[in-house]
Amino acid sequence: MSGSRLPTGGKIDRDRTLAFQYNGQTHSGFAGDTLASALLGSGLRLATRSYKYHRPRGIVSSGIEEPSCHVHLTGDNASGSEPATRVELTDGLTARSVRGWPSASLDLAACLQLAAPLMPAAFYYKTFQWPNWQLFEPTIRKLAGLAPAPVEARQLDDLKARNWHCDVLIVGAGPAGLAAAQVVAEAGLDVLVVDQETEFGGSLLSSSQRIGGVAGHVWAKGVTDMLAAARNVRLLHRTVAWACREHNLIMLAEHPVPGCRVQQRVWRVRARTTILAAGSHERPIVFANNDRPGIMLASAVRDYAVRYAVAAGRQIVFFTNNDSVYHCARELQEIGMKVAGIVDVRWAVSHDVLTQARGTTVHLAHEVFDTRGRRGLAGVRIRPVTGGRSTRISCDVLGLSGGWNPAIQLWSQCRLPVRYSDSLATLVPDGKAADMLAVGGCNGAMQLQEAIQEGISAGAEIARRFGLSLKQMDPPVCDSRRFTIQPYWHSRNPSKADKAFVDLLHDVTLRDIHLAISEGFSEIEHVKRYTTAGMALDQGRTGNLNVAGAVATRLGKDIAKVGTTTFRPPTVPVHFAGLGQFGGLGQLPYRTTPVAPWHISQNAVMYEAGARWRRPGYYPRNGESMHECVCREANAVRNGLGIYDGGPLGTFDLNGRDTAGFLDLVYTNVFSTLEDYRGRYGLMLGDDGLILDDGVSFRLGRDRFLMSTSTANAQTVQRHLERLLAVDYPSLDVKIVEVTSMWMNATICGPFAREALEEIGTDIDLSNNAFPFMAIRFGRVAGIEARVARVSFTGELSYEINVRSRHLAKLWNHVIESCRRFDITPVGSETNHVLRVEKGFMSLGHEVDGTVDAHDLGMGWIMSSKKQDYIGKRAVMIRRQSPRPRRQLVGLLTKDPEAVDIEGAPLVDSPVDERSRGFVTASVWSVVHNRSVALGLLEDGRRRIGGSVLVRECSNPIEASVTQPCFYDPDGSRLRS
Amino acid sequence: MNMDRYSFWTLARNAVSGHRKLRPAWRRHQPKSKYDVLIVGAGGHGLATAYYLASRFGGRNIAVLERGWVGGGNVARNTVTVRSNYLRDESIPFFARSVRMFGELSRELNYNLMHSRRTMIDIVQTSPKLRELKRRMKIMDMHGSSYEEISVSEVRRRIPALTGAREGSRLPIIAGMVHKDAAVNRHDAVAWAYARAADSLGVEIHQNTEVTSLVVDSSGRISGVETKFGTISARKVALAVSGHTFMLARTAGLGLPLRTFNLTAFVSEPIKPVVDVVVNCPDLGCYFSQTARGELIIGGHPDPGLSYRRDIKQNVFEGTVSGLLELFPSFGRLKLLRQWGGHLDIAPDGSPIIDRTSVGGLFVTAGWWGGYKAIPAGGLCLAKLIATGEHHRLASSFTLARFDRLDYIMEAGTTTVV
Amino acid sequence: MLIIECPFCGSRDEREFDYGGLAKPPRGRIAEVASDREWLDYLLIAEEQGEIAEEYWWHVRGCGEWIKIRRNTLTHDIESPEGASRS
Ligand SMILES: Cc1cc2nc3c(=O)[nH]c(=O)nc-3n(C[C@H](O)[C@H](O)[C@H](O)COP(=O)(O)OP(=O)(O)OC[C@H]3O[C@@H](n4cnc5c(N)ncnc54)[C@H](O)[C@@H]3O)c2cc1C
Ligand SMILES: [Zn+2]
Repeated sequence: MSGSRLPTGGKIDRDRTLAFQYNGQTHSGFAGDTLASALLGSGLRLATRSYKYHRPRGIVSSGIEEPSCHVHLTGDNASGSEPATRVELTDGLTARSVRGWPSASLDLAACLQLAAPLMPAAFYYKTFQWPNWQLFEPTIRKLAGLAPAPVEARQLDDLKARNWHCDVLIVGAGPAGLAAAQVVAEAGLDVLVVDQETEFGGSLLSSSQRIGGVAGHVWAKGVTDMLAAARNVRLLHRTVAWACREHNLIMLAEHPVPGCRVQQRVWRVRARTTILAAGSHERPIVFANNDRPGIMLASAVRDYAVRYAVAAGRQIVFFTNNDSVYHCARELQEIGMKVAGIVDVRWAVSHDVLTQARGTTVHLAHEVFDTRGRRGLAGVRIRPVTGGRSTRISCDVLGLSGGWNPAIQLWSQCRLPVRYSDSLATLVPDGKAADMLAVGGCNGAMQLQEAIQEGISAGAEIARRFGLSLKQMDPPVCDSRRFTIQPYWHSRNPSKADKAFVDLLHDVTLRDIHLAISEGFSEIEHVKRYTTAGMALDQGRTGNLNVAGAVATRLGKDIAKVGTTTFRPPTVPVHFAGLGQFGGLGQLPYRTTPVAPWHISQNAVMYEAGARWRRPGYYPRNGESMHECVCREANAVRNGLGIYDGGPLGTFDLNGRDTAGFLDLVYTNVFSTLEDYRGRYGLMLGDDGLILDDGVSFRLGRDRFLMSTSTANAQTVQRHLERLLAVDYPSLDVKIVEVTSMWMNATICGPFAREALEEIGTDIDLSNNAFPFMAIRFGRVAGIEARVARVSFTGELSYEINVRSRHLAKLWNHVIESCRRFDITPVGSETNHVLRVEKGFMSLGHEVDGTVDAHDLGMGWIMSSKKQDYIGKRAVMIRRQSPRPRRQLVGLLTKDPEAVDIEGAPLVDSPVDERSRGFVTASVWSVVHNRSVALGLLEDGRRRIGGSVLVRECSNPIEASVTQPCFYDPDGSRLRS
Repeated sequence: MNMDRYSFWTLARNAVSGHRKLRPAWRRHQPKSKYDVLIVGAGGHGLATAYYLASRFGGRNIAVLERGWVGGGNVARNTVTVRSNYLRDESIPFFARSVRMFGELSRELNYNLMHSRRTMIDIVQTSPKLRELKRRMKIMDMHGSSYEEISVSEVRRRIPALTGAREGSRLPIIAGMVHKDAAVNRHDAVAWAYARAADSLGVEIHQNTEVTSLVVDSSGRISGVETKFGTISARKVALAVSGHTFMLARTAGLGLPLRTFNLTAFVSEPIKPVVDVVVNCPDLGCYFSQTARGELIIGGHPDPGLSYRRDIKQNVFEGTVSGLLELFPSFGRLKLLRQWGGHLDIAPDGSPIIDRTSVGGLFVTAGWWGGYKAIPAGGLCLAKLIATGEHHRLASSFTLARFDRLDYIMEAGTTTVV
Repeated sequence: MLIIECPFCGSRDEREFDYGGLAKPPRGRIAEVASDREWLDYLLIAEEQGEIAEEYWWHVRGCGEWIKIRRNTLTHDIESPEGASRS
């Protein structure tokens, strides 16, 4: 195979060649490759283009932190942008770089580079104002944005979520994480260990360090095998912890093994304790033209060589300010790669570190300050850090190591403190937390021995917290490596014309940072927002600290004082599809009553009626329009017999010594005087005096009431009552049981209702004397145990026949069959609405809009003046002292009797009024008047009865006369009949 | 105004000098011990108030005190929906004016705020919601703000990615409402542009200067504020501290009818243009628009409990995501890039408060749970009140006195979008 | 999702509870005896909304009791859960 694949080594399977397409070209790699290693392996260096200037870019890292090469997959796996370093190679994979058209190597937009001087950070705030931004916006939007928008939804199966509970979650299976896992596993705790890589071992996978006398990766394998065999341990590969939520709910995203249809699995893990062992990420150093393909993180150069047998180049130079690259150099030499030089900004490096890189030229106290090469790196320019003559070194790879950034994202998400460590020149967790411990690299442990020791101690501490005893465990002896660092953020004075990038993905340069500061944006959060540094897909893992370093340098401030921006979830981008599987109205099924199938068989148009109840709206017959249908149904109720399904009204059974008094407290009117088996309409307010609900309650005995509420408010009312009882009046003896779905009803209404009920058959005496309006009777109807109530929402004589839910279908069928001679007509909620408007009965959703009170609704009678106190009384009294004119319920008859569609329209006195005097709360076609009738809330409305008002139906004023808010049977003789 | 003119030509000229000649957008000062007016909070409202005080009312010797950095509060955390589809006569003219002012602001402040009149479309799925929105439509028409009903097929034509909630599903779409005046713009730019313009008029902006308590003199008047630099005196102090109003007012013994709550938002990875309008789904509780950079910026229902964590609870987050995916199933392939939260305050009726308080000389602008859109008009009205002692016509109802008679201007809980 | 410790049932998921708002003193007879000003303050002005929020939760899908907790508004740590009713 061509390209840069080394003849031996690596963890790839050389027997399995995989072909893939990248930017339209066919390449091949091996099983075990990532897209990035395969691209490098086939010698492709210019892999992508940059965001703003379209400069050639290559692959920079070997992991999750990739700040340069992001791709989008096409075909079935299409899923927005992914770092190439995280895409496992599969046969037939097709991917494109998110930048570069038609391809990364021939990018037509590269001419934008010419305009670069005009596009410093935040340039858009200063331009595009003339003639206006909206002229430019569409073009800018097309240029910005990465992957194309997804078009097709995935199968739900492909994105799954799981829930998990464990005693200990260990994030990161490097040396520290594995050591900790070993301890807690042995102690017998339930353990979940996750790692973002395909294999456990973390930094050991490509390092030659030895542990307990064996190679590090061998030790890791041993521990992993042991963990895998333990029944109390579960291991997850390819899994990133992306958020730490309230009460240690840790969110994971698991990438499945290649070839599996599942694209991503989200895990919600409730861990009693979390050990954060997520390691650290190397960061680059900033200097002019530090973005050419071939400029990488030093550790990535090694990772590609050791893990994937890919030589990123033939001539490698390292640039550093710390000790780690010397070991890197040795490891590369050990597998036969040549290191052409190490440029180190420090004056002195300890002897044993230097000897690691024996055979390599080391340029101490030098810095790389510029690079050459058009489509890839060809050489670097170096000079003494104190100034002086520069020299050139030819190379095709420059490995950078500016230090190591602990992966503190999760730590910081938990609002735990971090501090700047001078000796490590980076941010590290500060202290321990109750349910999260950081160990190893992500806690700033740079020594292998230290990392393992921290892991063991954390494990032991947790075991102790769980009250478990441990056998003494001696840490294995490890190779030790010194680590010292001298903070160095960027080379001195990068020349003005050249670009030194601090954030590769967003093309943010050092000059942009300086510009931000000189314009006064020197707070670190300002710098970030002004330049957008750190806000790209890589979330600034490699770049953020360099930004802070650059700011500190520029301001001559201590970097510890510059501070950091907060880390926000997620730590890596996560698919939405695995989320949101709980909650959301859309997922909750409808509630229906037991006779829903009958409604549907009668062609009912079903509506949502609040609280997820689905009810019939109307029942059109052979080609009727909705209007015709509703008129027919309404006429049936007014002149014959109708039936409706009133089940969903909230119903509560209240019982206990203090029930009557309690109702006096929660309703505005008096209930304690109610006789047994009689009912009363009640209005319930909040303590703010606003109407909460209304409904009829019946007294079933001295201490027992049956309360009904509106369908949509049942839960609110229940909470209100329960809170009063639990918190405010705990000594009251009242028990509340919701019975909404236990009893369902068929309500028959209309002038023939009494005859009909007799026909249906009941042992209840139906005479008006024995069973008056607002009474309830227990007995049998059609042979079924029933509670029959005389309430009326229609203004007609009606009987609400309540039976246990399981009997409703039987009752219903019986009623329909036995009432054929009355031409019994099922009516839906549309008709109910017409009937109640004709009667002027108020409805919460229409007439009550958060401002009116009972007086406004003409129901002042319901506000008891006898009671000392009831909920809302005081507030209504206070509100009534306001000079603001009250809006009162009135009837409205439009001059044009055909004008019906005026609901919601404001009421005004003149077409040019600047303020409304009220609005139309409901408007319907009345069957009794054969014209439109409406209700409205109107300022001083009661005084204006007999006068007129304008209905402002969107620039079209319609004159209406103001009437009493009742268009039918004002004295209620029909419903009492 | 004493500031650099920003234009394409300034950029071109500065390109030659490597952009070194631009002056700071606002300057740094040593705080003085006394000012005429102190504004606490350099969020949108505080900065706009300072700017209008100086530019419209000739205010001098004004300082803005900010505990963090300019524009680091909610103004930097919101979802930038600028709209005026409110319900009441008292609210609509105010918000409509604010929306119009936003349209002119880039020019006035010489800063590209990326103001874009995108239009908002409400996706309506239940009839009570439709009834409520149509009521808004009819009253908004009176006040010159536009709202219009469109058919389901028109909704789908205008938002092609809307492939969910079809006929026969659990909550099918029944209509759409179009609010043409709605716009989006850049939140950071708004804060910075006001800060820059205010600075050029002599307003001093002090960052990292937390007001730890208010100082009231023996006559019950405000006399200044406590900071880490000691007491800073002023005869007039205005609180524009959003979710912190309740606690800060407490330090002057003042109880305000405000409740602080948590609201969150999140963005997807950037993608090529997929929606051109602001989409609001009131029945499922989510809304979003696409930024110029390509990210979808998504918001949802607030978390009922108080939280200063500036993050999002998993169940609240998943509730919003599930609503979004109901309507836009293909967005399941997109990835969440970043999420955050802010803390806001809300009055019992959901309407704002722009008023003086019972402590003489102490003013407050608060109750801005959806107050980004209100920044221009809110700033102007408070500035007028501070400068002249008289309420601006547009804000004359937003008083504290209304609570003495429980005279609510009910706007609470009426839409998702904030 | 919070884990709320119910004093009667132990640790339970937030979804078993209904949020009951910030705690305030029991209403009792305040409405009868308070002055307008006192009543408005009781109605509209919270006790405390700082670092610690004292709030009610109703364990509706559990024991049915109302409980009062003190929750740290930065960490969500919950202290001293207790039953809300004194009897
Ligand atoms: C997620 C989210 C989405 C939103 N979406 C929208 C939307 O789409 N449309 C809309 O109109 N509105 C929206 N809002 C609301 C809007 O952001 C706020 O109403 C508005 O920003 C509040 O006004 P402000 O800008 O002045 O507040 P802030 O920006 O919060 O300003 C208050 C300032 O006061 C400072 N401060 C606090 N205490 C002190 C002290 N003691 N001393 C000194 N300084 C102090 C703070 O640091 C802060 O900078 C949203 C809010 C959030 C959180
Ligand atoms: Zn319980």
